[in-house]
Amino acid sequence: MESIFFFVVAAVAVICSLLVVTCKNPINSALSLVMTFFCLATFYVMLDAPFMAVTQVIVYAGAIMVLIVFVIMLLNVKAETVKPNTHGVLAGTAVGVFTLFLTCWFLLKGSMSGAVGNMDKALIEKTGHIELIGKALFTDFLLPFEITSLLLLVAIIGAVILAKKKI
Amino acid sequence: MLALENYLILSAILFSIGTIGVLTRRNAIVIFMCIEMMLNAVNLTLVAFSRYLGNIDGQIFVFFIMTVAAAEAAVGLALMIAFYKNRESIDVEDINVMKL
Repeated sequence: MESIFFFVVAAVAVICSLLVVTCKNPINSALSLVMTFFCLATFYVMLDAPFMAVTQVIVYAGAIMVLIVFVIMLLNVKAETVKPNTHGVLAGTAVGVFTLFLTCWFLLKGSMSGAVGNMDKALIEKTGHIELIGKALFTDFLLPFEITSLLLLVAIIGAVILAKKKI
Repeated sequence: MLALENYLILSAILFSIGTIGVLTRRNAIVIFMCIEMMLNAVNLTLVAFSRYLGNIDGQIFVFFIMTVAAAEAAVGLALMIAFYKNRESIDVEDINVMKL
């Protein structure tokens, strides 16, 4: 049952991501990308990471995609009418397929290793996913968390300065 | 629970499609969306590894990637608006000189 669900959602995710690349109109690409983000949120739920799923929907499908759609409408971007350079498309597709083969090859050759922790389904259901994330974020990762706030401040200032008419 | 390879292969497929989009499209906003898709494919890998190794650190990393992606969206789209004001176009083939 779980695997059938996985393959259906995976098929939707792959089809929507192909639509992002192939659609002529940027608005259609943006809406397909929203669908891909929702599929990924579904996978996060299947991987027992509900907080990540919620963040995915709010931050990516909500904030970032609204910003992108807003800019597409603001700039009044038309669908591409010029026929794309065939050699360029072929070369780009070849590089992409090569990337896929390379990653799959590493996947088949490699074995999983890494720092094993104690987080399992029972622990997640007992303490809650958000509590686990919060504890890690405010103890082990406190300095990166503070640096992130600095990054967001810089991004705000940068966006305002770039979009201004005259500095 | 499903095997880890399912998630990793799906993530590899999404990443490759994103790569193809970045290399073949000419609209800067579509290229930007394809980059977001590649970031998301990596996020899926991190969450899957985090779950299968039982280590929460991978999901913290996803949290930081999302923050960086949000900052990137704000700055990148501001850049595109600034470029559009100068050139009346966001085709990457028009982005070929560094003066205004």
